[in-house]
Amino acid sequence: MPEVQKKKLDLNRREMPKQAPHVRRHNFSEVALGYPVEVAVAEAERCLQCKKSQCVSKCPVEIDIPAFIRCIAERDFAGGVRILKDKNCLPAICGRVCPQEEQCEEACVLRNKGGQIAIGRLERFLADWEAAQGPPEVAAISSPTGKSVAVVGAGPAGLTVAGDLIKLGHRVTIFEALHLSGGVLVYGIPEFRLPKAIVSREVEYLHSLGVEFVTDFVVGKSRSLDSLLQEYDAIFIGAGAGLPWFMNIPGENLNGVYSANEYLTRMNLMKGFLFPEYKTPIKMHRRVAVVGGGNVAMDCARTALRLGADTRILYRRSRQEMPARQEEIENAEEEGVVFDYLTLPVRYIGDENGWVKQVEFLRMELGEPDASGRRKPVPIKGSETILEMDAVVCAIGNSPNPLIPRTTAGLEVGKYGNIVADEENGKTTKDRVWAGGDVVTGAATVILAMGAGRKAARSIDQYLASC
Amino acid sequence: MARLLETRMIVPNLHLLTLEAPTIAREVKPGQFVIVRAEEDGERIPLSVSDWDVEAGTVTAVVMNVGSTTGRLAELAAGDELPTLVGPLGNPTEIEAYGTVLCVAGCYGIGSIYPIARALKARGNRVLIALEARSSFLFFWEDRLRATADRLFFLTRDGSKGLRGHVGRLGEILNAEQPVDRVIINGCTFLMKRGSDATRPLGIRTIVSLNPIMIDGTGMCGVCRVTVGNATRFACVDGPDFDGHEVDWEELLQRRKTYLPEEVVPLRTSSCERRHHEA
Repeated sequence: MPEVQKKKLDLNRREMPKQAPHVRRHNFSEVALGYPVEVAVAEAERCLQCKKSQCVSKCPVEIDIPAFIRCIAERDFAGGVRILKDKNCLPAICGRVCPQEEQCEEACVLRNKGGQIAIGRLERFLADWEAAQGPPEVAAISSPTGKSVAVVGAGPAGLTVAGDLIKLGHRVTIFEALHLSGGVLVYGIPEFRLPKAIVSREVEYLHSLGVEFVTDFVVGKSRSLDSLLQEYDAIFIGAGAGLPWFMNIPGENLNGVYSANEYLTRMNLMKGFLFPEYKTPIKMHRRVAVVGGGNVAMDCARTALRLGADTRILYRRSRQEMPARQEEIENAEEEGVVFDYLTLPVRYIGDENGWVKQVEFLRMELGEPDASGRRKPVPIKGSETILEMDAVVCAIGNSPNPLIPRTTAGLEVGKYGNIVADEENGKTTKDRVWAGGDVVTGAATVILAMGAGRKAARSIDQYLASC
Repeated sequence: MARLLETRMIVPNLHLLTLEAPTIAREVKPGQFVIVRAEEDGERIPLSVSDWDVEAGTVTAVVMNVGSTTGRLAELAAGDELPTLVGPLGNPTEIEAYGTVLCVAGCYGIGSIYPIARALKARGNRVLIALEARSSFLFFWEDRLRATADRLFFLTRDGSKGLRGHVGRLGEILNAEQPVDRVIINGCTFLMKRGSDATRPLGIRTIVSLNPIMIDGTGMCGVCRVTVGNATRFACVDGPDFDGHEVDWEELLQRRKTYLPEEVVPLRTSSCERRHHEA
């Protein structure tokens, strides 16, 4: 009998050390501290190394999960990194922000017994181990094909496309509208969840492979897509979901009412928490309400808390329906964010200087399931209540950015302004143009954007080989 | 990254900056703006474009020194680099054959109205220009505006040049020159608001170039939202030009004041050091 089968099933999913809530709520440093080596190895040893591994099929970028976990168990960390990077060029990022509990970890056979392998934490462990070894191993680059690709947007989708295509020998230029590359990874996700040094390391790595980055360049404005098509053989659009939604309720344009994008951009991209050393101002609010129940809402609430505000989340459904990751909800709760469930703001009331001072909201109850399968919140008549607030952050979602569709002929867009692209290969209705990520799907996850980027890169490479 | 080729104080507190920006110079149209950062840890602010030169690959903006970032811009010397210069952003001002158009400008708007007037003239319009300032010494570019316009008017608060008073006296010019088919106003928020108030009773379509706070300038952050005709619009991607009679001016004026207290902090903490450095 092989030894593996004799081993007793270990269901003890190893916890990751974190900063204590009372400490971390006063700083912007990373909350989760990562596995120490011995804990990572112990966690990896629990993996059953299934022959038909369900976890791989649930991974949007098809990482050979059992193989990299086996490497950790055997302490061959360099080998594990290679397996990881074969399919995922941004493991340090995905290990932190992927919703593994809905993907690979959900499919783990140990989940039924409550002991699914902490795949995300192990991924992060390998990526961090690699970073600690100094400059990364530079991937092998195929000989130059003489073909060139323009990538619009340096977010997760665009970085993936660039990484894949540069390795295949194509020339790649990324055009980024902001002054830093990374897209939502730099302007949206806070430092305490994804340190910016990690993003810049990944960008540097792509740069070292030969990817050219042009920042402060708005495709559609600085130069049209059609004009770029004259210079490049193919274009990938990964411009993201950069148009914030508001609720169209009275008082939404009062001072002190922010979109999540503005609130987070001031903090993360512009480093407002270091004001006045950094020149982008932020307000020190005392009471902040964050409207919404997704990961972005959690990011906003935990940011507001760290700036010293009493912070509440107003969410119209119950905790069960919240789209945010369980881990993020728990982190926010531990840190002291107050959750008002079944609560729908209907009006913001301002003071005589145009600053928000109160939120009027309705209490809701859950009715029949709606199109999303979640029970639909229905207002309770006469439940109007008023809360004192000096700031509101609206974190209810984003539409795809309209700049490129508005300025480009022949690019079909859908109902919500999303660029229409083939799900299998990312091809748009315009010749030689591919798209992927949030600009196609509307606001989704980093890993789905990367998955779309991977598929598009494959299709672009096939096209370039044939043209 | 963009190199500053020329900088000078054109009138007290207004600085003319000419920047190396061949890409922007090729694409920019009247009424558009750029976003700049004055230093690596600086904030992003929008500046209206006042002129450009495709051959030389340059873009010119007139900046009023009103706060920490514009103050820093004013301190830069030729040869210095701006870490960010991005554009052209926003929709261009609509240029059609309207008939007679009155262009009204004050402050930095005297710069940005120039390419608009030039394009209107090239399109065959009769172009009138009215400039407004507290006093005559605050006017600039009179020569080139005179060369562009069919008639040039001045309004000064102290009466040192042209009509005495503010833009509220626009009605007199409009009555004397009628029919005027369109009014286009560039400049500070008060100028645009009062100008729109003056044209409303006359029913003349009035286009203003709004100047709310911005960060990215691409529609992503939404801080530049303005209410126009009871709907929320983003000035960066839906504007900056809007119908002045439809704008909620009170809201815009209030939103522009959001960071007034914070704006003063960097001036207190960092300006001394810089002055020493200069000396």
